[in-house]
Amino acid sequence: MKRSPGTLLLRWSGRVLVATVLLFVLLPGIVVAISAFNDRAILAFPPQSWSLRWFWRAFSYADFAKGFWNGLAVTVWASSIALVVGSAFAFAIHRYKFALRDLLEGILLSPLIIPHYTIGLGVLILASQTNVERGFPLVIFAHVVMVLPFVMRSTYISLENLDIRLELAASSLGATPLRILFTVTIPLLIPGLLSGWLFAAILSFNEFTATLFVSSQATQTLPVAMYNYVREFADPTLAALSVIYIVVTATLLTIANSVLGLGRILNVDAH
Amino acid sequence: MNTRPFLGWFVSPAGLVAVGLIAAMLAVFQYSVRAYIPGSLEVGGFTWQNFAAMLRPLYALAFWNTVLLCFETAVFTLILAYPLAYALVRTNSSALRSFILIVSVTPLFLGEVVRTYSWMIVLGSNGFLNTLLLKLGLLDRPVQMMFTAGGVVAALVHVTMPIMVIMLAAALSHIDRNYEKAAESLGAGPVRVFLTITLPLSMPGIVAGFSTAFAWTFSAFATPQLIGGGRVSTVSTLIYQLGFSSFNFPFAASLSIIGLALSLAVIALLRKAARPLERMASTT
Repeated sequence: MKRSPGTLLLRWSGRVLVATVLLFVLLPGIVVAISAFNDRAILAFPPQSWSLRWFWRAFSYADFAKGFWNGLAVTVWASSIALVVGSAFAFAIHRYKFALRDLLEGILLSPLIIPHYTIGLGVLILASQTNVERGFPLVIFAHVVMVLPFVMRSTYISLENLDIRLELAASSLGATPLRILFTVTIPLLIPGLLSGWLFAAILSFNEFTATLFVSSQATQTLPVAMYNYVREFADPTLAALSVIYIVVTATLLTIANSVLGLGRILNVDAH
Repeated sequence: MNTRPFLGWFVSPAGLVAVGLIAAMLAVFQYSVRAYIPGSLEVGGFTWQNFAAMLRPLYALAFWNTVLLCFETAVFTLILAYPLAYALVRTNSSALRSFILIVSVTPLFLGEVVRTYSWMIVLGSNGFLNTLLLKLGLLDRPVQMMFTAGGVVAALVHVTMPIMVIMLAAALSHIDRNYEKAAESLGAGPVRVFLTITLPLSMPGIVAGFSTAFAWTFSAFATPQLIGGGRVSTVSTLIYQLGFSSFNFPFAASLSIIGLALSLAVIALLRKAARPLERMASTT
C-alpha cells in the first residue's frame, strides 16, 4: 500500500507521542533507581559516588521487616477469604435469581467508588463502638471489603466463558451437584480464580489509605511503615525499597502475562 | 430436586461481609451527627453542627480544591492515556504490546506510597527535574514544584494512568474495525476516520475511565499529603488531620459523608452528560 507523506507524518508523530507518554510513566521509576544507589544521604543528580548501603538499611530496618510480615499475613488471609466469599457469590449471581440479589451485589461492589478513607474511618469507628480491638482481624476485614469486587469480577467473567454443557453432561451421567461443582465447575474456573486471587493479593499488599486508619503500631503493614519513614527521614532507603518493589512487581506481572495472558484478564485483547 | 443447589452456602458469607460494610458506613453516618468533645474520644449528643461548620471558607475551599484537582487530573490522564491505549490495542508487534502493557500496568500494583515517593525525588528542589533543567541552562535557579497543586496533579496523573489505559484499551479492542475500513474505502483520511468513527465508538471507555480517574483521585491521600505537604489541602488530608491530630472524629465523619456524596454526584453527572454521546456511538 502506498502511503502519502501526510499519513507517514501522522504515523511518526503518533510514535513520538506514545514514546513520550511511556517516558512519563517510566520516569519516576528510573529516577528512583538512580537515587537508590546514591552513596550520600542527601539526594543529588547525578550521584557523586555509588553504594549499596541503602539496600542494606532497607533490609535491616526493623519496621520494614515487621511491616512486610504483617502485610504478608494480612494479604494472604484477606485475599483468600475474598476468593472464597467473592467467587461463591459470583457463582450465585451468575446462576440464580434470589431476593435482594441486586442490592447485595451493589453493596459489595460499592467499595470501588467509596473512598478508602471513608471505609477506613467507618471500620475504625465501628470497632471503637463495639469495643473490638484494633488487631489483625480488623485490618483483614477492611481489606476483604476492598478487594472483594475484583475477585467477584474475575470469577464472573470466567463463568461467562464456561461451557454449561459440560456440567449438563456430568449431570446426565448421574453426578450430584456437589460432585459437579468440585470435578467440573471449579477445575474449569481455576485460571479465573487464580488471577482474581493474584489481583486481590497485590492490591491488598499495597493498600495504604484505609490501612493507615485501621492499623495500629503492632499491625502496621509495609506501605504504612514506608509512609511513616518518609515523614521522618529523607535518606534514599525508601528509594532502595521502591526499587525492590518495582522489580518484584514487574517480574510477577511479566510471569502472569506469559502464563495467564494479562490482556485476556484485563479484557483488552483485540477481537 | 433443588434447582438452586448451594444457594444459601454461597450467598450467606457475602451477606455477612455486606452487613459488616453497611454497619461501618452507618457508624460514619451516626458519628457525623454527634457533638465533638475536645480532648476525648467519646462523642456527645445529636447535633447538625458538623455539617454547618463545613460552610466555613476553609472547608468549602478544600472541597472546591479537591473537585478541581480531580477534574484536572482526569483530563490530563485521559489525554496522555489515549495514545498509549490506542498503541496497545492496534500495534502489530506482540513484543511492543507486552512492553506497553507491562509498563502501563505495573504502576497500578506499586501502591500510592512508592509512586508518591518517587515523584518527590523527581520534583524536589534538589530533585531530578530541577537539576536537569538547571544543567541544560533552561533555568537559572530551582523552581518550586513540591508543595504545589501542579506537582500534586503530575503525580496523580501518574497514579490514575494505568486504570485509564486499561479501560480505554478495553473499549478500543471491542470496536469492529470494519466500520473504519468502510470509512476508508469511502475516501475518509486517517484523521477523519479517527474523529468520526474510532473516537465516538470508544466513548464508553472514555466515560468509564474518566469517572474512575475522578473517583480514585478523590480518594487519594498519600499523594496530596506528601507532595502537597500541607499546602494543598484536600478532603482526604483534612479528614486525616481532623481524625488523628485533633481526634475530632465526628467532624471527620461528616466531611467524609459530604465527600462521598459529592464524588457520587459528580460521577452520576458525568455518566448522565455522556449518555447522548454514547447513544450517538451506538447508532454510528
